Amino acid sequence: MSRLILRRLAIGVPTLLIIITLSFFMMRLAPGGPFDQERPLPPEIRRNVEKAYHLDESLVQQYLRYLGGLLQADFGPSYRTKDFTVGQLLVQGAPASFKVGGLAVLLATVLGLLAGIVAALRHNSWADYSVMGLAMVGIAIPSFVMAPLLSLIFGVYLAWLPAGGWGNGALPFLILPVVSLALPQVAQVARLARGAMIEQLNANYVRTARAKGLRERLVLLRHALPGAMLPVVSYLGPMTAALVTGSVVVETIFSIPGIGRYFVQAALNRDYTVVMGVVIVYACLIIVLNLIVDLLYGLIDPKVRTV
Amino acid sequence: MQSRRLRAIGISAALALLAWAGGAPLPAQAEMVYRIATMGEPKSLDPHFVSGTWENYVVGDAFMGLLTDAADAKPIPGAAESWTISDDGLTYTFKIRDHTWSDGVPVTADDFVFSFQRILDPKLAAEYASLLYPIKNAEAYNTGKLTDPNQLGVRALDPKTLEIKLEGPTGYFLELMTHYTAWPVPKHAIEKFGADWIKPGNFVGNGPFTIVEWTPNAQIVAVKNPKFYDAANVKLDKVIYYPDEDRNAVTKRFRAGEIDLADDFASEQIDFLKRELPNETKIAPYLGTYYYVVNVTRKPFDNPAVRRALSLAIERDAITGKVLKTGEIPAYGVVPPGTGDWGDGYQPEWAKLSYPERVAEAKSLLKQAGYGPDNPLKLELSYNTSENHKRIAVAVQSMWKQLGVQAELVNREVKVHYDVMKENQFDIARAAWVADYNDPQDFLYLLETRTGVQNYGRYSNPEFDQLMRAQGQERDAAARLDVMKQAERIAMSEDAWLPIYYYVSKNLLSQKVEGYETNTKQVHRSRWVSIKE
Amino acid sequence: MLAQSPMDILEPVGSVEGRSLWQDALRRLLRNHAAVVSMVVLTLIVLAAILAPWLSVHPFDEVYWDRIAMPPDYAENFWFGTDNNGRDLFVRCLYGARVSLAVGIAATAISLLIGVIYGAVSGFLGGKIDEAMMRLVDILYSLPFMFFVIILMVVFGRNMILLFVALGAVQWLTMARIVRGQTLSVKRKEFIEAAHAAGVSNWRIVMRHIIPNVLGPVIVYVTLTVPEVIMTESFLSFLGLGVQEPYTSWGVLISEGAGQMESAPWMLIYPALFLGVTLFCFNFIGDGLRDALDPKDR
Repeated sequence: MSRLILRRLAIGVPTLLIIITLSFFMMRLAPGGPFDQERPLPPEIRRNVEKAYHLDESLVQQYLRYLGGLLQADFGPSYRTKDFTVGQLLVQGAPASFKVGGLAVLLATVLGLLAGIVAALRHNSWADYSVMGLAMVGIAIPSFVMAPLLSLIFGVYLAWLPAGGWGNGALPFLILPVVSLALPQVAQVARLARGAMIEQLNANYVRTARAKGLRERLVLLRHALPGAMLPVVSYLGPMTAALVTGSVVVETIFSIPGIGRYFVQAALNRDYTVVMGVVIVYACLIIVLNLIVDLLYGLIDPKVRTV
Repeated sequence: MQSRRLRAIGISAALALLAWAGGAPLPAQAEMVYRIATMGEPKSLDPHFVSGTWENYVVGDAFMGLLTDAADAKPIPGAAESWTISDDGLTYTFKIRDHTWSDGVPVTADDFVFSFQRILDPKLAAEYASLLYPIKNAEAYNTGKLTDPNQLGVRALDPKTLEIKLEGPTGYFLELMTHYTAWPVPKHAIEKFGADWIKPGNFVGNGPFTIVEWTPNAQIVAVKNPKFYDAANVKLDKVIYYPDEDRNAVTKRFRAGEIDLADDFASEQIDFLKRELPNETKIAPYLGTYYYVVNVTRKPFDNPAVRRALSLAIERDAITGKVLKTGEIPAYGVVPPGTGDWGDGYQPEWAKLSYPERVAEAKSLLKQAGYGPDNPLKLELSYNTSENHKRIAVAVQSMWKQLGVQAELVNREVKVHYDVMKENQFDIARAAWVADYNDPQDFLYLLETRTGVQNYGRYSNPEFDQLMRAQGQERDAAARLDVMKQAERIAMSEDAWLPIYYYVSKNLLSQKVEGYETNTKQVHRSRWVSIKE
Repeated sequence: MLAQSPMDILEPVGSVEGRSLWQDALRRLLRNHAAVVSMVVLTLIVLAAILAPWLSVHPFDEVYWDRIAMPPDYAENFWFGTDNNGRDLFVRCLYGARVSLAVGIAATAISLLIGVIYGAVSGFLGGKIDEAMMRLVDILYSLPFMFFVIILMVVFGRNMILLFVALGAVQWLTMARIVRGQTLSVKRKEFIEAAHAAGVSNWRIVMRHIIPNVLGPVIVYVTLTVPEVIMTESFLSFLGLGVQEPYTSWGVLISEGAGQMESAPWMLIYPALFLGVTLFCFNFIGDGLRDALDPKDR
């Protein structure tokens, strides 16, 4: 197991490098730059500004300069927010995003599994349809509708929860964002769990276990469930990706100071360094997550252990 | 065994997460707190890097220039308690009032000399430095032609007296001194902390408030500065600024009572807001012009008749009255009414015609230019992403359709939009200009040839240029106004650009706020505000 | 106990009278009421989208100056009311259907093709090749998707085909991952070993045995991908990168409507209903297909 971990981490470094390089050059290909705005800069000032940010150097030079900075844990300055370096912005924003995102992953997985398993156990009954139908609400309503809707109902009309804001991460401020973020994923997880569970319930080894006279609960928990969780586990990666994209909307509408918003804002502002910073954080997350997913796979389905 | 262990791990992880999610409780508040939604994250708290209204809110509460803003945004003595102007209008002498920075160090004329030299230093690359070009040698120093900052027309005669020499008699100079480019920065703090001087904790300013916290994307917090010279009259204890840009989300928080002043709201909501929050919805004229730039370097837009036809067909009343509905004023000129002593906005003769007459006239103009049903005029109308820009573009597109003009709408994200305009790669593009200071020159200079990139359409008329140069030398206010009006007439007779409307400011103000006064500059300093319970 | 997988009997041979697997599946599908209803509804929506210009008296880009943001007016044939520019919402919902459905189906088809083959091959080959192929997926996954789309838009200009390709090119990653996961499981099953033992070539094993057996979750995921693509497209439009005016998609209509939930709810409700119903349909059909194709679920 530790060999697997080490190998994965070792491969992770060149992977990261490739991601950084690709992103860096791709981003510079996009038209528009950080200093194009409604009040354009007079040319001399623009020259000075570009010089101050080394934008007048060749792309390769800038790239090497950036890499050198990374080795010293320097993500560079933010073009958009002068008073903070990218490193500082990431450090300040990441905890908020991870908190909301982490809770959303938990909520989506737990609720989704529950819904999917219940639906599978009562396959093709009214319970199945209604549970899945409710779960579907999460998919059918886009996050940029669900979030304002929840904010309106619970924040303005009922005033049970704050309509927005972060309040240093206190619980009341977390509820609506986490729910908005998790809902679309609940349905996805439920779908996968239900489908896989049904397959497992009909599998030969489950039939064998039942024929052996094993208690139904044992059959479910130790035999059917692990197999049903496989697709859910492999979905964890894409789910995180979706949550990161979804967090843009949620963070905007509930005014959460996270890095999900940075991703899109910085892209639109051509704030190259901030985008690179978020890409790196995101890439590291994916690499670590893949590792976890593979380990979980091994835990759940011994036939599948890939070492 | 496996699944039980998994379950146990899962449950403890969940509990741990929940405990972590508990977070820190909110502090209790017995103080007077004013919460503003400024509609944007500041680029920096350093006045020399400020460029937008959203930053003006925050930084403007922490610094005070030679002159400062009253509640109605009229310039009043600030760091300077009095001044004299020489007869030729070229030399201003300010007497600095006795007051200190927030850390107790006295504010002197040297601070101002340091500040002007700093913002005009080309190495600092301050984006707005060009606003100070009326000062003698400012442009030369800022563009690198002069290298000695001491040649700048700003010097301290003694610690309490500041002398500024100008290039020409600039009528709006005192007004300019309220602008953020003219605010002082603490020399001693910058020398001590370097670039970190504006970080909360180190922050030093001479204004009514001091910034103590900045969480990007969340909030900025400022507390009352006890060392402010007029602290006795400042009633607020704390001001919190929220940078969210989503107008609808901000409106929701306002309705939930979490925000006292919102700088903007979505105009589609106007009917709803007038119905539900009639006393909180504040609309006032605002010095800004929304217009469509025409790229006159491209055929057929170099033909004034074509430009006139396009302008004739835009029914501005329908746009302001039916599409926007927030009281914007239909625009036919460059300078918004009420700018300085401008009076009413420019009205061309053809504004008196009925709309069907104008459409007929437009059609005939196009026909003369060679366009008709068999040869329709095709053009690209670009705008940056925004609901309002889209609605107006769709409306104008359908108005031009009557003329047989096929306008393709191109929506670009803001950076690309301005990049395209900068590169002059467009037919007709949406643009807007909001006053930096209360003077018509701030708008008219956009059409001068020497303005360069900011004159996106590259309109160039030597007569116009000459008149604009003349106004810079004119000492008499009335005569100067005349010259500028003449210039505008020339530009508009050629339809240098297609004006659409003059701005209004759209605010949501809680009824508990006192000391807020509507004004055309949209400047509302927290110094004058109090919250009643 | 079955001697061989029913999947081995894939093609009807000559004149032998028998029911193929697919005929079996079709019969099972048709017995699933929810799926049948969904197919009917979906067909109706698609028809409505195609026949859009003839179904409404109002052109989709006509601006009615006095009817800006007005609620439904049945007398004047504004069945769904008007939008912020005074255009008939009903006909715009139908035109939006065209775009949304086209984007959803085309992009998903592309992702299906690439993803399934890639994932199956990777999972089946296993070992170092699998690892390398999955690394590539990871790399592509971590790319800032928006830039990828922006750059494509710039180089090739903004058109719909490009949108399909761009969205499909991102979605195949997930498909590949899921297929690979499933393949890893199926690979070890008995009938695969049997095929190996019988000397069937790797390629044929992948195409004839692995792929049909992993189809279950894939089909389910396809029906989840279509709505995801539609959602992503609306997000892009919202950022100014999607469908250009005067064309529209459900996503665009919904994001316009979301801003006016309280003041003009019809602007949100109708397009959202269209979207929701379509998504439900896809999902029920997907479910039905999964149940119909699973040989063990009798």
